[in-house]
Amino acid sequence: MITATISLNKDTLNVLREQDVVVFRNRVKEYAVKIKMGLVNQTKLITAASELVRNMLRYANGGQIIIEVVSRGRDNGIRLTFKDEGPGIPDIKLALTDGYSTGKSLGLGLPGTKRLVNEFDIKSEVGKGTRITIIKWANG
Amino acid sequence: MAIEITKLFKKKQAVILERWMTNQLADERLREDLMSNEDLRAESEELITALVASLNESNIENPESGDFDHVIEILAGISISRARQGYSPRETGVFILSLKEALIEIAQEEVKDPKELNIANRKLNRLLDSFSIITFETFIKGREEVILRQTDEIAEISTPVIRVWDGILALPIIGTLDSARTQVVMESLLTEIVESGSSVAILDISGVPTVDSLVAQHLLKTVSATRLMGAECIISGIRPEIAQTIVHLGIDLSDIVTKASLASALQYAFRTLKIEVRKSAVKSAV
Repeated sequence: MITATISLNKDTLNVLREQDVVVFRNRVKEYAVKIKMGLVNQTKLITAASELVRNMLRYANGGQIIIEVVSRGRDNGIRLTFKDEGPGIPDIKLALTDGYSTGKSLGLGLPGTKRLVNEFDIKSEVGKGTRITIIKWANG
Repeated sequence: MAIEITKLFKKKQAVILERWMTNQLADERLREDLMSNEDLRAESEELITALVASLNESNIENPESGDFDHVIEILAGISISRARQGYSPRETGVFILSLKEALIEIAQEEVKDPKELNIANRKLNRLLDSFSIITFETFIKGREEVILRQTDEIAEISTPVIRVWDGILALPIIGTLDSARTQVVMESLLTEIVESGSSVAILDISGVPTVDSLVAQHLLKTVSATRLMGAECIISGIRPEIAQTIVHLGIDLSDIVTKASLASALQYAFRTLKIEVRKSAVKSAV
């Protein structure tokens, strides 16, 4: 579950091509540096973001990402929301299993991302699209 | 009787060129460092001659007309060459827009009837605007070609295979490792293994900013391919934060020899090849 948070700073990005991945990752890094996130957490967040954006490109031909600085008490964090209008995920539990992939990948994208971030929320409707929200706290 | 503006231009071609040159030279941002005034005049003269020659009362209202093919060709050639020489879009724009100004000035002086002048102005505006659009389109295309060429160059120079020792290859990977890149890396590595008869290859990922599951998968593929060629593959340059991330992601790299630095990978390679590197014993002088 995503806990109640206050959004401080917001940015929306459309990712439609493979080349946008690097731009997006740099943007996430800028935000992470701004809230003084440690190097390890930064790397984890960027890697998680990279996994999700690649999934979005691969299975849904791109979509929209919202980057936000959120705050919970004294802790600041980054919230990323990935929205696409792709085919959706029929079985979320299965998709979150290590090694399961409908493509020819390692099958670690979704379950790995879940382990890399503090909060992970996924909603998907077959035929309509998928929405994934992740939060990484600066000191989480 | 209506004044035929195109005939007017034919008669006044030399004047138009002079006005146009004055307009261009008056611009403070004129790039005399990139092109001499003589060259600029020659370019301008070529264009105006072609324009006046193809312009007539029926096609002045139709910029799409095939009569202008030659003009457009010259214009495109000029803007592409300007893009390559490093002109700014503004400087390129001034070239064609100052011609419009010169033409309108002439029309203003010669056409006395305000209504006719208005019509002539509108026609001229439309025609020259269409030419401006072509100028910008080709200018951008020229720039894009430059970018594409640079992309190719970067892709080529960014994957050097280095023979660090007899039998040991090193391949520093810098930047993002995507599918296309992996293909290039793998190809040049495998070719070099065959050519040099090396038995150890070191893939250094110090310069790869993010290792996600896709990058890891590409690395694993490269390692497998190297092994099939009978060489051992070591991955070096794994930074602490990347190590932690890889573990959390759940990527299994335990089958692969990994080292933190290129130096330790090299050391490992020496050991595998039974090469000993020592400081030479200091001999006392004399």
